[in-house]
Amino acid sequence: MRVTMTVNGEQATADDVWEGESLLFVLRERLALPGSKNACEQGECGSCTVLLDDVPVCACLVAAGQAVGREVVTVEGLAAASAADGGREGLHPVQQAFIDAGAVQCGFCTPGLVVQAYDLLRRTPGVPADPDIREALAGNLCRCTGYEKILDAVRLAATRMDAVRMGGGAA
Amino acid sequence: MEFLQPRSLAEAIAAKAEHPGAVPIAGGTDVMVEINFDARRPGTLLDLNRVAELASWQLSNGLVRLGAGVTYTSVIAELGGLLPGLAMAARTVGSPQIRNRGTVGGNLGAASPAGDCHPVLLAAGANVEAASAGGTRLIPAAEFFTGPKRSVLAPDELITAVLIPAAPGPQQFAKIGTRNAMVIAVCAFALELRPPADGSAGTIGTGIGSAGPTPLRATEAEEFLAGTLAEAGLWETADRLPEQVAQRFGELVAAAARPIDDVRGTAAYRRRALSVLARRTLAWAWETYRTGDGARACG
Repeated sequence: MRVTMTVNGEQATADDVWEGESLLFVLRERLALPGSKNACEQGECGSCTVLLDDVPVCACLVAAGQAVGREVVTVEGLAAASAADGGREGLHPVQQAFIDAGAVQCGFCTPGLVVQAYDLLRRTPGVPADPDIREALAGNLCRCTGYEKILDAVRLAATRMDAVRMGGGAA
Repeated sequence: MEFLQPRSLAEAIAAKAEHPGAVPIAGGTDVMVEINFDARRPGTLLDLNRVAELASWQLSNGLVRLGAGVTYTSVIAELGGLLPGLAMAARTVGSPQIRNRGTVGGNLGAASPAGDCHPVLLAAGANVEAASAGGTRLIPAAEFFTGPKRSVLAPDELITAVLIPAAPGPQQFAKIGTRNAMVIAVCAFALELRPPADGSAGTIGTGIGSAGPTPLRATEAEEFLAGTLAEAGLWETADRLPEQVAQRFGELVAAAARPIDDVRGTAAYRRRALSVLARRTLAWAWETYRTGDGARACG
């Protein structure tokens, strides 16, 4: 089947897609967007988190046909949202904070965590409470178990994004 | 593989009549796992995401008609007041990403004994609405499940909605698992207190999850508690519940379970845990009844 959707703001088409194929497979193997990671293929790990019509979902659990005509934003598309949030050099502040806080170890879980953290921070004014961060990231597994640095990164990104929202420029 | 994408409920029902073997897919949180792991190769997928009729809920005459495609995230955000027990169960499902996609109808369709919604639907006396080209029927939730991942649903039927009475009194839900997120229940328990109203006696609703081939009611426990509350006049006095009542209630709930040993836990552990969950949820629900306080979250 032919699958046409909007990915990171641009129309994307894949042909000869098998009907049982996941959105994740289409993104990675047919649309050259390997940012979303393929790990568990059962929604356990969150490494393939993307926004589907602006809602975070596991791309491995969306059938390709279900995404037809929908808007998908992957980790590759977050930088485009960065200007409004005070990002620099093509990185979203959430991505920059992960680097600055040392929250990237092997890096495999990072794209999913970045998308999920981005979703939390755009919905939350100020710096979210720790329980709210933990709840938002509960479906994203880091097998390096670097969770403390990841929490640091989310707090750092929140602080910087809040400063921009308050009109103080990028921190 | 064929991929059908009906745009209305009428189209969906017609498609299911024409392709009775088609596997309905909504959030994909069960179906896609099976396909990804090559555990299932349906000849036809029936995507229900574009059927707007399934995606909303309505309240009418004290009954919530919950469309089969309403997500757990929506249940939590919108129905915590009318259906607190279901909202509590929905909060324990998977992760935010899973709750954004997974649906109550899909939970029923998968008919796993461990489905988090099932105990609540049993406790609340909900009815499952199933539709086919031949018409629509209501199936009591307690009669819906026939075995692990099996239900009374006919091949040409689609689950269209669940009809759930708005909570007539305090509801509780509790679940055992190794962490708070991404957990298939080791066991779960749901409780509903229905205080006396309009001259009818008070009654109790229960639901046991993940401790039997199907979700189960604990009818003896329900009758014991309702009888004890009535005899002792506790509905009227709203006094503290005697410890031995809660204890006995827990024992009867554990006795109603039909658990097995499996990778998530032993039968003995499940029985023991269920007696604890039953006592705890009763204590929480009764405290809510006594004080009129808002329902407390499980945990």
